[in-house]
Amino acid sequence: MATTDLKPKNPKDPSRIAGTDPLTGEYRVLAPGQTFRSITEKISNIVLTPDTPLGWFALFTVGGAGATVLLVAITWLFLKGTGIWAVTQPVAWGFAIINFVWWIGIGHAGTLISAILLLFKQGWRNSINRFAEAMTIFAVVCAGMFPLIHVGRPWLGYWLLPYPSTMTVWPQFRSPLLWDVFAVSTYATISVVFWYIGMVPDFGTFRDRAENRFAQYFYGMLSLGWRGSVRHWMRYETASLLLSGLATPLVLSVHTVISFDFAVAVLPGWHTTIFPPYFVAGAIYSGFAMVLTLAIPLRKFYHLEGMVTDRHIDNMGKVMLATGFIVAYGYGMEAFMAWYSASHWEAFMFWNRVFGPMGWSYWVLVTCNLAIPLTTLWSRKLRTNIAFMFFISIVVNTGMWFERFVIVVTSLYRDFLPSSWGTYRATKWDYAIYVGTLGLFTALFLLFVRFLPMIPMNEIRLMLPGAKITPKKAAEAAD
Amino acid sequence: MPPREGTYGLLAEFDTPSDLVRAAQAARRDGWRRMDCYTPYPVEEAAEAIGFHRNKVPLVTLIGGLMGLAAMFSLETWISVLAYPLNIAGRPTYSWPAFVVPAYEWTILWAGLSAAFGMLALNGLPALYHPLFNAPNFRKGASQDKFFLCLEALDPKFDLIETRAYLATLEPVSVVEVEY
Repeated sequence: MATTDLKPKNPKDPSRIAGTDPLTGEYRVLAPGQTFRSITEKISNIVLTPDTPLGWFALFTVGGAGATVLLVAITWLFLKGTGIWAVTQPVAWGFAIINFVWWIGIGHAGTLISAILLLFKQGWRNSINRFAEAMTIFAVVCAGMFPLIHVGRPWLGYWLLPYPSTMTVWPQFRSPLLWDVFAVSTYATISVVFWYIGMVPDFGTFRDRAENRFAQYFYGMLSLGWRGSVRHWMRYETASLLLSGLATPLVLSVHTVISFDFAVAVLPGWHTTIFPPYFVAGAIYSGFAMVLTLAIPLRKFYHLEGMVTDRHIDNMGKVMLATGFIVAYGYGMEAFMAWYSASHWEAFMFWNRVFGPMGWSYWVLVTCNLAIPLTTLWSRKLRTNIAFMFFISIVVNTGMWFERFVIVVTSLYRDFLPSSWGTYRATKWDYAIYVGTLGLFTALFLLFVRFLPMIPMNEIRLMLPGAKITPKKAAEAAD
Repeated sequence: MPPREGTYGLLAEFDTPSDLVRAAQAARRDGWRRMDCYTPYPVEEAAEAIGFHRNKVPLVTLIGGLMGLAAMFSLETWISVLAYPLNIAGRPTYSWPAFVVPAYEWTILWAGLSAAFGMLALNGLPALYHPLFNAPNFRKGASQDKFFLCLEALDPKFDLIETRAYLATLEPVSVVEVEY
């Protein structure tokens, strides 16, 4: 399908271009020599095996331990209140908001890969979209928790929703914080639906291949009785395309709305119109980094190099390079506007952000988001060096976490009146909850890898050479 | 509902999508209408061959989206103007630009849910039982690497013996009878 759009530049001698198929002259996304059956067996055997690899248990123990830390920290939080965190005046928004924005941003790459790249007919995304979507959902789970536990009395969190109550109180629709409720809840719902609908045909395959009675029932229920009728497939394809078309403006709107939480305030450092595009680009930047962080160990562990090829890693590096430059433009524009606005407060805020007592965080951000990735990702050699790309993915994730730290903390801790200046130092409970969400994310992701199809078999089959419809004579000649 | 008895149809198995598409085109040309193809991934050409060109999913999605838009925008207007008017910095109670954001989100929410559940409903899913699963080779292949053409007994041209002979002319790997 989409690979036809990427014809090599010199069609006369396709063998000269690395990674092309000599038969068709198209760029090869999957490793050669795979058939419908080999793909199906490879992916379903990961799930339908009674032998769980020991390494899975080891990692799950680590993730589970992290999730337990989260449970303990949240229990203590509910008992004592948000006073156990470092949030106070002047920094009233601390780790909770930083982590919320960071996690949501990570989630966005999943939607980007599954929706936007589908609309752009980027066939290569078929190998990575499923686990990128899973990453989205688990990231949204982690993200959604933060505003809820930050409201102080989380058992009253449902007050955010417009519902007829005996108090006759209704939400205030002119606040970006309420827009957030609708943006994030819609995003979570649509992501889950998109993910599940995408898996239905693969559940059908699992149902048919499962030998264990329980697995047959389990996947049979999940598959909803999918039988692969082409009429069903056509409606299914239409629905997938429509969901992608809907998820694309959704993902852009979600991070835009999140940036409104900041941009609508009048605080120097927050009150800027560059925020929506710059937040969205940053989200995609960190999200692709997280996809790499997950994909690189995963393909090695389960020997999926034939499906998640070096070309995928290379392409993701290119997307990171592009979004990294948009982010760099955002940083540049912030600095420029601090000067060009001729506002004393803006200029001071920026000076304080870069050279103030917490200026170190700005330099961590510049190093991790600009200096290291944007100088090295130009090189194809480095982009296809798996160890280096894993390193870069960790660097960018760190950098993007510090970006949110810089935006939240360094804008707040020294405001208009020097008498109200303060500082911010996170407590052990702040760290415990952050580390805990990393553990929860790992644990959920491992469960996904073990029990659900992590690569969409039906979409991979479509990309195989055997899926080409050929006229009879050509088919006979090929045999 | 009492269990139905008799024959659901005849199921021909093919090894490649090209064989299936050719067979489906031939069957359609020869006047068959009650038929369906079963494939492990979407084969657009097969849908064309059996004369399935468009579907109602986009319409359902559009209606869902418009309903979501209308629902949220009217809810916001009703709450802010009538049910609970609040003076926020002297701004008008009917602040429609601020209402756009949640209304936009709900348009997407309702449209997306309509697309997903509308698709399932139009497909008649969930349907955990289907006569095709009785065919011995169907479960081994239809969701993995085989391609099937089913001529259904409801077609007026259907006759167990003649149809079996007809399917054999399409060079399938095998033809089996599917019972209810």
